Amino acid sequence: MKRTIPLLISAMTGFILIGTAFIPRFVDWGNIAMAWFNLLAAFAFILGGGNLLKMQLQKISAQQPGWGYAAVTLIAFFITLFVGLAKVGVHPNVNFPEFTWSGDYLQEDGAFWWLFEYIFTPLSATMFALLAFYISSAAFRAFRAKNTEATILLIIAVIILLGRTYASVWLTGWFPDEFILGESGIKYSDFKLQNLSEIIMEDFMTPGMRAIKIGIALGVASTSLKVLLGVDRSYLGSDQEA
Amino acid sequence: MKQSTLIWTILMVAGGAFLLFQASKGNGRVYVREIPVDAQSSQPEGEKQDYHWNRYQQVTESEKGEPDVRFSFSRTLGLWVAAFCTLAIFSFLYGDNPIYKFTESVFVGVSAAYAMIVSFWTEIMTNLYAKLLPDLARITFFPDIDSTAEPDYLYLIPLVLSILLLWRLSPKGSWIARWPLAFFIGATAGIRLISYLETDFIGQLQSTVMPFLVFASDGSLLWIKSLRNTIFIVGVLSCMIYFFFSVEHEGIIKYISRLGIWFLMVTFGASFAYTVMGRIALLSGRLVFLFNDWLGI
Repeated sequence: MKRTIPLLISAMTGFILIGTAFIPRFVDWGNIAMAWFNLLAAFAFILGGGNLLKMQLQKISAQQPGWGYAAVTLIAFFITLFVGLAKVGVHPNVNFPEFTWSGDYLQEDGAFWWLFEYIFTPLSATMFALLAFYISSAAFRAFRAKNTEATILLIIAVIILLGRTYASVWLTGWFPDEFILGESGIKYSDFKLQNLSEIIMEDFMTPGMRAIKIGIALGVASTSLKVLLGVDRSYLGSDQEA
Repeated sequence: MKQSTLIWTILMVAGGAFLLFQASKGNGRVYVREIPVDAQSSQPEGEKQDYHWNRYQQVTESEKGEPDVRFSFSRTLGLWVAAFCTLAIFSFLYGDNPIYKFTESVFVGVSAAYAMIVSFWTEIMTNLYAKLLPDLARITFFPDIDSTAEPDYLYLIPLVLSILLLWRLSPKGSWIARWPLAFFIGATAGIRLISYLETDFIGQLQSTVMPFLVFASDGSLLWIKSLRNTIFIVGVLSCMIYFFFSVEHEGIIKYISRLGIWFLMVTFGASFAYTVMGRIALLSGRLVFLFNDWLGI
């Protein structure tokens, strides 16, 4: 029962949804399944929050090194949760002013908006911005023209990086807008870095991307079939799990 | 005192002094315009009542002298908190430190709760509560729901599945959470299988089927367009042959797959450059915030 019922549920759900794609009358079933899917995902966030709470409380109760930071996490978590659930500082919807709770939870000037605008956004943007330093330092160390493939990678990356910045205008902006070899159709200006990067993107990068996408689609299709037919059961975990 | 500690102390003191100087000049302050909001009760029956409150719109510092513009303490505090958060995260470049760890912990807590709140208001309340109990939803959170809306009891199924999912947190019987998980996996597999085959497999193949030779309306060969099409088709085919591992990459296959690797290297080089550009754009965004919005330089 612990493994058979889940296998049946996943196979039935999956094959019904595949079937509905071929029967126009039942196409809406896919939309209903997606709505249920989104609801389950929303509850999964509660599960995630509960798990975070459990882990941090364990850290605090065991007085593990850095338990103070776990307390900070919990305080930030509860404050955000409270102001978001209670819609602190949110005015009602202007069309229904007598309904106190009718305002949007992310309304400007609300406490939840304040946390989003002045804590969540700066922190997440800076975290990702920090990667600029590490990605550059990694590239500086890893990019070596050791063989043909590495050289192509290096040259293309440099052309695209330069071609998308003002450096391209500074370096190659002066290329004349004249034809090479009479009316051949190719101009000197086609070799400006910004034009070169466009050509690379359209004619050389897109075929690679397209092949990767086709590969991904085939991979997704085969993995989905393996899951639905019960060949791949890894999502059920081990038998030892309670 | 260590030399590096001394240098950093001097830098911090100089930075703090500069901040105080900038603050004394009036920078790092946010001004808002008060916009009065007047509303009337929406219910046609019953006594009409007027409601008034203020909305605040952020304005530039140049407008601060205007009559309805005033200093906003909450937004100014927010600006300084955002600046502190930005600098605290950047401090990781110097090394792991307590200020970074503190803001990292705050980030974890806030982002977990943020995700929960967004999913609560956009999914659980809008798509579950309002569908199952439309009358109650109308008088509590969503007064704009159609008054003729009937409860949709089909939504009891995802409600039950969701409760089973939360069973995972219980010390006993956490295997029950496998049932909603199985629905989740089955639905993903079913929907993704069709959508990927339709858009990414058939769609991409369709777009690749194009003529090697392109002629103009007067019958002349458009050789640049033909060359570009040929490069494109050869590129896709060679990359796909490289990904075809069921045959030995020997003979002609070896050379074609090598060409495929070159195309893939171009793809990876360009993607890498784009990733770097994206990160640098974010970095410049944060620097603009610090220097422009906060310090007013």
